[in-house]
Amino acid sequence: MTGGHSLSDASLTLPSLEQCIRVLTLEDYNTRVVVLGVMALGAAAGLIGTFLLLRKRALTADALSHATLPGIAIAFMVMVAMGGEGKSLVGLLIGAFVFGCIGILLILAIRHTTRLKDDAAIGIVLSVLFGLGLCLLRIASEFPSGSASGLGGFIFGKAASMVASDALVMAGVAVVVLVATCMLCKELTLLCFDEEFSSVQGWSVLLLDIVLMSLVTVVTVVALQSVGLVLAVAMLIIPAASAKYWTRRITSMLIAAAIIGCLSGWLGAVVSALVPRMPTGPIIVLLCGFWFVISFIFGSNDGLLVRQFLRWSLNKRIARQHILRAVWEVCEQHTDSEFGVHEVVRLRSWHTRTVKRLLRKSVAKGYVARKSPTTWRMTEKGRVEARRVARNHRLWEIYLINYADIAPTHVDRDADMIEHVLGPELVEKLEKLLVAGDEPKSPHPIGASG
Amino acid sequence: MPQTRIEEEHSLTSPVSVHDLTVAYHRKPVLWDVDLDIPEGKLIAIIGPNGAGKSTLIKAIMDIIPKVSGRVMIYGKPFKKQRKIVAYIPQRESVDWDFPIDALGVVMMGRYGTVGWCRPLRRRDKEKALDALDRVGMADYANRQISQLSGGQQQRIFLARALSQESTIYFMDEPFASVDAATERAIVQVLADLRSNGKTVIVVHHDLQTVNEYFDHVILLNMRVVAHGPVESVFTQENLKKTYGGRLTLLSEAADRLARQGTKL
Repeated sequence: MTGGHSLSDASLTLPSLEQCIRVLTLEDYNTRVVVLGVMALGAAAGLIGTFLLLRKRALTADALSHATLPGIAIAFMVMVAMGGEGKSLVGLLIGAFVFGCIGILLILAIRHTTRLKDDAAIGIVLSVLFGLGLCLLRIASEFPSGSASGLGGFIFGKAASMVASDALVMAGVAVVVLVATCMLCKELTLLCFDEEFSSVQGWSVLLLDIVLMSLVTVVTVVALQSVGLVLAVAMLIIPAASAKYWTRRITSMLIAAAIIGCLSGWLGAVVSALVPRMPTGPIIVLLCGFWFVISFIFGSNDGLLVRQFLRWSLNKRIARQHILRAVWEVCEQHTDSEFGVHEVVRLRSWHTRTVKRLLRKSVAKGYVARKSPTTWRMTEKGRVEARRVARNHRLWEIYLINYADIAPTHVDRDADMIEHVLGPELVEKLEKLLVAGDEPKSPHPIGASG
Repeated sequence: MPQTRIEEEHSLTSPVSVHDLTVAYHRKPVLWDVDLDIPEGKLIAIIGPNGAGKSTLIKAIMDIIPKVSGRVMIYGKPFKKQRKIVAYIPQRESVDWDFPIDALGVVMMGRYGTVGWCRPLRRRDKEKALDALDRVGMADYANRQISQLSGGQQQRIFLARALSQESTIYFMDEPFASVDAATERAIVQVLADLRSNGKTVIVVHHDLQTVNEYFDHVILLNMRVVAHGPVESVFTQENLKKTYGGRLTLLSEAADRLARQGTKL
């Protein structure tokens, strides 16, 4: 390590403002290395994670990262046996890579030779290889020469131990992943969307899967040092899952996932530089989770708020249409457009206060005008809208009676649920089916119902 | 297993000729000794009860699932060499429609085969995809995300994707399954267009009522080919009874037993 004061502090105290500024402005060489490396990693994981998510192989990646542990331990032992320190990062990562591949092959073998499904195969491989890894790690720590003390850092990640060459490796992996996703975007999209179709067209599903899983393996292995193998899968999956809440296009989903991964990596590295003894992996994963919650709530594509808003505005529209139809039915009974609140109340089983509240809203919309404290009048605009609403309602009722064989006494409520979502297209179809020029009449007596 | 024909009897002019095809799922045979010469330029329905192996037959022809034995020739050559002239419309349920892609994006996939590895699509490909969308009456929906389309519209997107491939042979797996009237009309129109352009269309079909109206040829299938030929002569009460009647208990029992004992076919 190149003497990073802020990274090797042992006390768990809140960082001073000065420290925060130093870290955020990347003043320390060490912080700079960690932050840039983890950001590159986050972007790469977001990109390839998007395809992993769409291919529905998220848990395979989890098994893969757990399977790397015995590889790390064995690589250490081999290197020590050959007379080395046993701490060469490249050597350890090669071991991790080999065992990651072995893990995937074992899953494939179980899937193809037994009747077990994927989830069981993943569960078996993940736990057995991780258990093996823990045992081997214990054995490695008993080795006479060399110290295995740093190997535990691979389990939860220890970004502080990164040096410049590690960051360069991460940047290199990010470039490789970026180039591969650009070149193979259409092939991987096809693979994830429609495997059978792609095989008929002559794309080798096996080859594409190998390419995808190799890229995932490389990213996972590189992530071991900073995020740790227990949580590496989070960097692949969570940015991609969050990105889905912002877009409906795969290209923009890729970009969004890369950005979210990058941001999580940056913040994670910054926080872990400020709070020394905190393992980096969990912090980065928590930040990924934070972005996910943000996306889930505020996301423009099917986010919680958007959904709530759509529901709220639909309910508002439904309430407006209900009062208009009620007024229309009152006015139908006498010839003019004037009516009293009591008439509407008599027709529907609503509360007087509710009717008045809804009428006031209709006034604001310009559908209804108040003539005197007790009488109201429908405006011309209101008549047009009310006529349309009542007509849709009746068309749907007649359709239900004639085609779905629902009793006339029940159709009112059923029509209530559907009529508000009928588009012009459907209404036109209903008209063609049901109306021979004349206005449709209500198929049931109008009274206190919906 | 009876070796009924020898290879030389294969027609080189037949778009699809199947010779002694046997297919198994998890060692359990689902198709036995299928022999077929499919005529060129016709609309062909594959009819049979559930579990008769209708989808399995077309998937085995297109190498999606492995064959236990037998061979398939497309215009006298193996399928691998003829991919470019074969288009496939899978069942709608076979994909996840929540995928982040729009209708045009799906149709463009039909062009991927001609573009090749690592190359981007050309403007020509986009034009062909748009044209295909237009042919199924979905031009207005090009930029709609696919999860927002109705079931029938999704089916038409699949149809458009196959059309954009400009193939000679089309395999369709239950394209009429639970679609609206507009989609059914669109599909029938496309089928008629394809036939008048001399294309061969093989459709897995489930609705016996419409076979006479929509198709020229019919293949009656129930784990083996019960009968095949022109609709007028083959689509008879007697053949249907043979196809749908429970006469094959022995065959399926034998298949079950093979699966249980793990005998390699």
